[in-house]
Amino acid sequence: MATGLRKIRLSTTPTDEALADLQIGDIVYLDGTIFTAREGVYMRVIEDGVDLPLDLPAVSAANFHCSPAATQHEDGSFALGAVTATASFRFSKWIGAWLAASGAKLIIGKGGMSPEDYRDHFVPHGAIYLTTVGYGTGALLGRGVKDVCDLYWRKELGLAQAMWVLKVENFGPFIVESDSQGNSLFERENTKIAANLDAAYEGTKPAVLKRFGETDDRKDELI
Amino acid sequence: MITIDRLQATAEELMRRAAIEIPDDYLTGLKAAAAAEDGDLSSFVLDAMLENYDAAKEDGRAMCGDTGCPRWYVKMGNEARIDGGPVALEAALRRATANATSAVPLRPNRVHPLWRTDHDNNVGIGAPEIEYGFEPGGDWIDLTTVHKGGLFGTDYRMLFPSDGIQGIKRFFLDSLVAFGKRGLACQPAIIGIGLGGSKDACMVLGKRAACLRVVGDRNPDPKIAALEDELKVLGNNIGMGAMGFVGKSMVIDCNIEVGYCHTGGMQMSVHAFCLSSRRAVARIHGDGRVEYRTNPDWFTDYQRRETVEWPQA
Repeated sequence: MATGLRKIRLSTTPTDEALADLQIGDIVYLDGTIFTAREGVYMRVIEDGVDLPLDLPAVSAANFHCSPAATQHEDGSFALGAVTATASFRFSKWIGAWLAASGAKLIIGKGGMSPEDYRDHFVPHGAIYLTTVGYGTGALLGRGVKDVCDLYWRKELGLAQAMWVLKVENFGPFIVESDSQGNSLFERENTKIAANLDAAYEGTKPAVLKRFGETDDRKDELI
Repeated sequence: MITIDRLQATAEELMRRAAIEIPDDYLTGLKAAAAAEDGDLSSFVLDAMLENYDAAKEDGRAMCGDTGCPRWYVKMGNEARIDGGPVALEAALRRATANATSAVPLRPNRVHPLWRTDHDNNVGIGAPEIEYGFEPGGDWIDLTTVHKGGLFGTDYRMLFPSDGIQGIKRFFLDSLVAFGKRGLACQPAIIGIGLGGSKDACMVLGKRAACLRVVGDRNPDPKIAALEDELKVLGNNIGMGAMGFVGKSMVIDCNIEVGYCHTGGMQMSVHAFCLSSRRAVARIHGDGRVEYRTNPDWFTDYQRRETVEWPQA
């Protein structure tokens, strides 16, 4: 059973002190306002130069890498079911410019980003990364959403890529994956697991036919 | 004669059940994994998942925000007749998919691969997939929907007879380690393995092994069943658990399906059905009765037959 883990309630516009206090492996629940933004929004703002449709980070400093399971009724109201993060590593090329443009302090997603992204972009902007749990706690997260405040760029980007602005309370759980120094929980765990991998592979052997990727020299023969 | 109204209404209910209710066999398997897990972070994740399944059922909301890609498996008894025929059946399944996407709601995941066009209803070119099987006798239709998630956790490799069991184990571990880090495969999962066939058949077999067989089920070939057991243990001994944290919960169960292949090859595919193993099944009888269940019971002796003739046919 998980007993030794620290559980923390955090504002979606957190103070520097609150951010500095977070350690990798802490369990976090959020209160306030979050917004979704992923490649559609990033390209629109960073590459196309379109202005942000809301006042960031004043309204929210919490960017959720998410497309909710949601629908908009004909009268404009919303039905929002489950919400789950999408894998963040794919957004690496935009994250530096995005942190600068949005002032986001909390990036919430699936699976974290690279140590280089933390060092080069997160730490200089005072941002940390929160990972969702499971990754399938969509129903629990759905419970934490109290209201859909706004939906921007629905027509331009579609429901999945649009910018959802959500009022949340006790929204979680999340786990602190990168802290204010740029330490990474996944990196720490990978290092521990790597120590056992040789033993796990005992009694296996490499395939007789190699693939590119197992060698990067395209002049190599694969047999 | 099975009516289209009955088919569509049943299909819509299956869409709802698949998205919201975790099947009992997977739940039992995950509870066993949670009881055995001693990594603190992995344990926290598994406990959160168990809580999440309860929340989904209580609230009637999807288990996971990524509700996967809905697909259909249709199995017909040889005597089954559909009002309007197979074209009407396919239209009903496409309508049910679209209707459930807004009614549950599901995430409108399906887009054009190049133009990213999204109809917001999970219907498009080739979507949802509809696959067919047949059984001797019976006037029923079994409808199974699977909403498989995931961009990660699936791989294919052409192995050869000289790779042997050692090579199978290596590729199995490679797949789990590659996609298990940071939990991209959304483990612990039911791992399906396809062996043999051709490249496409091998992928189909492995996906069906993951999605259409239940936890605790074993291949009728005792030596394949033993390999299923062995691979499950192997995967859980990597030292990796949920989300790629230190732990021992990677594989809830391992299911292997085989097909005859070219004499020179031994194709292998690996598929991870995620923490939200969304599947739901109903049998619609010729007299209109509908029975819901969670075991697709797809791989019957008939589906695995290797003879020219079949006695009941």
